[in-house]
Amino acid sequence: MDLKDSILELIRRAATDLSPDVVESLSKAHENEDEGTPARGVFRTILENINMAKDQSTPICQDTGSLLFYIDFPKGDIEKKYKEAIEWAAVEATKKQYLRPNAVDPVSSKNSGNNLGENAPYIHFHQWDKDEVRIRVMLKGGGSENVGTQYKLPYPPLKAGRDLAGVRKVIIDAVVNAQGLGCAPGTLGIGIGGDRVTSYALSKVQFFRKIGERNSDHEIAKLEEEILDSVNKLQIGPMGFGGKTTVLDVFISSQARHPATFFVAISYMCWAFRRKSMVMKNGEVNYD
Amino acid sequence: MTKLNIPISDEEIRKLKVGDEVSLSGTIVTARDEAHKLMIEEKPDFIREYLKESVIYHCGPVVKQDENGEWSFVSAGPTTSAREEPYQADVVCEYNVRGVIGKGGMGAKTAEGLKKCGAVYFHAVGGAGTLIANSVKKVREVFKLEEFGSPEAFWVIEVEDFPVVVTMDSHGNSIHKTVLERSKKIMEELL
Repeated sequence: MDLKDSILELIRRAATDLSPDVVESLSKAHENEDEGTPARGVFRTILENINMAKDQSTPICQDTGSLLFYIDFPKGDIEKKYKEAIEWAAVEATKKQYLRPNAVDPVSSKNSGNNLGENAPYIHFHQWDKDEVRIRVMLKGGGSENVGTQYKLPYPPLKAGRDLAGVRKVIIDAVVNAQGLGCAPGTLGIGIGGDRVTSYALSKVQFFRKIGERNSDHEIAKLEEEILDSVNKLQIGPMGFGGKTTVLDVFISSQARHPATFFVAISYMCWAFRRKSMVMKNGEVNYD
Repeated sequence: MTKLNIPISDEEIRKLKVGDEVSLSGTIVTARDEAHKLMIEEKPDFIREYLKESVIYHCGPVVKQDENGEWSFVSAGPTTSAREEPYQADVVCEYNVRGVIGKGGMGAKTAEGLKKCGAVYFHAVGGAGTLIANSVKKVREVFKLEEFGSPEAFWVIEVEDFPVVVTMDSHGNSIHKTVLERSKKIMEELL
């Protein structure tokens, strides 16, 4: 398969076929809810929908999100080649109804109709030492993006200081504010440190981790587990109907901060946690 | 699971209570931001017959048109309803609507409107795009497609066994309010 077609297939998989780690996590959450509750009913519908979307090759959710690409390419390659292939694939994927047209010009309010626009799809390029290319895509829905938020510590309303205890407080606050609006149960990507932009960037890229994958830093891993446990006591539940699972997982990462700033960026991924990856080497493509 | 056929009477809608699981069948209409703005600012009559004792669905579908020009729904889950809060109560009363399907719930003004005019808020499962599209059996009409674009147009559709949960009833009860208040209280204990 050539580059263009393999990217189109990557998009199709991302929009229609949820990754096994997410499906497994949702299945466990389903079993965990009591019979006869609306929460259990929601999970049943979610799981049925996942199967139907996969069988029919149609979008799991009609909001097929913003297209965010992350590319690691070998030395000597040119970025333009990937950009052109991605744009072609986005247009084709829209024609095939794998994607809804989701690129709107904020000045004219016109929808381009084909998912192309200034910075759409958004592409992060990174050159690496390997002789293969890795292309990862995330479909980030609008509803879940709207509940993402950023705090600067200290945050007096919660008495949240500039330490991990403060980080924990603002994350719990963000989940309470989100309620079911981001299509709970969500997954949280958290970036600690950096500036306004890089804290969000770090929070987003966490979504390429697998459910259950803990940060290699022991202290952060402990914080992830602690927060997951805390937020699932809030009884917000799937869709905010009340229930035992509010969040599927919490992925935290940290980076250097300026001495005067302490940002905590929180990105929320809906239950339809759509991200896929492909590696291309000598014309051979492997998807994950 | 309660089965309800559209059109729905005032009496039938008043019987529903929060937490009830309902399966809806009949003709409903999709409407999002542009459509709600229009219904308040211009009160158009073209949509009146379809909305009477029917249901509004907050949805921007993925649609397909075949060679004969026939439309069908490919993926069609609910969108966030909160954006229609400024308009919803007035739209419900103006057009004699019996229900609103969406996600995330709505606020106090809508709750008041539901009570006054006899309607409920049905919550669909956000993200269940393919499953809900499968319950859309036919696209009867589409209005404002050119002007608003496909996600924002009024799609008049026939649904069969569309699964929803009543999260705001016509008696002023709201699951969203209860869950929010409870989670805030738990948060205080956690912090």
